[in-house]
Amino acid sequence: MFIISERINGMFRAVRNAIVDKDAEAIQRIAKEQIAAGADALDVNVGPASRDTAGTMQWLVETIQKVTDKPLCLDTPIPKTMEAALKVCDNPKIINSTNGEIEKLDALLPLAAEYNADIIGLAMDSKGIPRDAAGRVEIALQILASAMEHGIEPDRLYIDPVALPVNAVQAQSPNTLEALSQIRLLSDPPPKTVVGLSNISQGGSMRSLLNRTYVVMCIAHGLDAAIVDPGDRELVDASITADLLMNKAIYADDFLKAYRASKGIE
Amino acid sequence: MALELVKENWTNKINTVTIGATAAEGGTRTSVVTVGGETTMPFLHFEGEMPYRPVIAMEVLDMEPDDWAETLTGALGDVLSDPAAWAKKCVEEYGADIICLTLLSAHPDWGDTSAEHAVETVKAVLEAVGVPLIIWGPDNPEKMNEVIPKCSQAAAGENCLIGSAMQDNYKAVAAACIADKHKLITEAPLDINIAKQVNILVSDMGFDLNNVVMYPTNGGLGYGLEYSYSIMERERLAAFGGDKMLAMPIANMIGREAWRAKEAKALESEQPQWGPESERGPMWEAITAVGSLQSGADILIMRHPAAVASVRETINRLMQK
Repeated sequence: MFIISERINGMFRAVRNAIVDKDAEAIQRIAKEQIAAGADALDVNVGPASRDTAGTMQWLVETIQKVTDKPLCLDTPIPKTMEAALKVCDNPKIINSTNGEIEKLDALLPLAAEYNADIIGLAMDSKGIPRDAAGRVEIALQILASAMEHGIEPDRLYIDPVALPVNAVQAQSPNTLEALSQIRLLSDPPPKTVVGLSNISQGGSMRSLLNRTYVVMCIAHGLDAAIVDPGDRELVDASITADLLMNKAIYADDFLKAYRASKGIE
Repeated sequence: MALELVKENWTNKINTVTIGATAAEGGTRTSVVTVGGETTMPFLHFEGEMPYRPVIAMEVLDMEPDDWAETLTGALGDVLSDPAAWAKKCVEEYGADIICLTLLSAHPDWGDTSAEHAVETVKAVLEAVGVPLIIWGPDNPEKMNEVIPKCSQAAAGENCLIGSAMQDNYKAVAAACIADKHKLITEAPLDINIAKQVNILVSDMGFDLNNVVMYPTNGGLGYGLEYSYSIMERERLAAFGGDKMLAMPIANMIGREAWRAKEAKALESEQPQWGPESERGPMWEAITAVGSLQSGADILIMRHPAAVASVRETINRLMQK
């Protein structure tokens, strides 16, 4: 599973303080911690309270890419901020995100093409989040078609079938899984898939247990990537194990150690 | 309409391992050998790189073999009771890139010779040839652990390739290679999961995985070649997919395995429909080698001079782009 760390987000106090204080070392330390825990990419989000989102995004990107070559997942709903971030990002880039709305697709897909970025597409639109798997897959297909029109191959697209909190819309949990399975059938090669995993446990209890159980279920339905807290070691262990059980990696008795050693982490 | 080739674009590659050390590097070798570094499956030059060609080591036993086919002993001649002379002939007459010295006599069933005896043999062979050396201990854990550390020490500075570390017996051999700065062969019994595990185990004790060559206990033609082929192929695909625990160059015992087969050994008088054994034996070994090459073998350990010549020529052709 491609692990995208969710921790560089201005909604977390440490990050918010570092942004306010322009404390580059603090941001770089957090980035390195995420990578040491197994992150393959870093989501970068200025957080809800930011004033100068474009300037802050640029500062975060420039700060982080001084200490790592890992892909940066640029997380903002504002197209101008997205473009500002793309401009200064030297690392591989992932646009987080578009959805099925034509205006968003037309704004962001050309940027993905121009900056050679991968792009996450949420399987929802102006009508909201689809109530079943079929609705999600329909939007996924729209996003896929638009992407290809803009010259973006399916393997650069990550469809997010939108995980919703189990304590609020419990019936949607299996729909997200069903959508994951079906999205893989849309093309050959298929688009990749991603979930914002923490959504499933948002506001609930036993969050770690919910998260690591759901990530395993998602991987069984073909999930490629997830936006998670890699500091949750049990979650990372569960995803390594699930990948093994999906025959995506060669088994060895010390398979957890093998995975981490292969990445050069503890 | 021109046909567009579908190409893989792997972002990972096989490790590079160098064996042998010249005087400038602290040894006495006149040549060194480097293997590995592939960025795609074997010989797909249109798709990736093979920076180093596969190499041929010739196997020298530390005792005269009494059960080898006449085709083989006849071809090698009267050097078989003298490992140094045997090694010298392999290099000077047959062009071996590496000598693989198999310390068979140290095995309890084959002479139970001492570590000191092994050291003398190692020194004699190092003296006799300038090519890099593979030192392969007896297939008995107690003797392996007794003999290899002493030989490793005696050959310190020569950057040998030393075999072998196995799942249930790896510490002494790996420790010797760390101490004396040799490269290490990790061995697994036709089992990709154990192969990965042995690499984890030696890495855990501090052995640098960049200095490992894998030995999958390959089979000969007709007797397991396709099984080891599929394991090696899976190892390579996993490596290109990012698994650093399987990203090592691979050595195959070609001569030993091919010559087990009755098809390699039987006389024409015994099996008239099989044709002359003088051609059949070396051919059996050569085909075993070429099959192994196609699944990623970097070091071929061979026995018969005619098979060596034929396989060398085949490698020349396969390396043409």
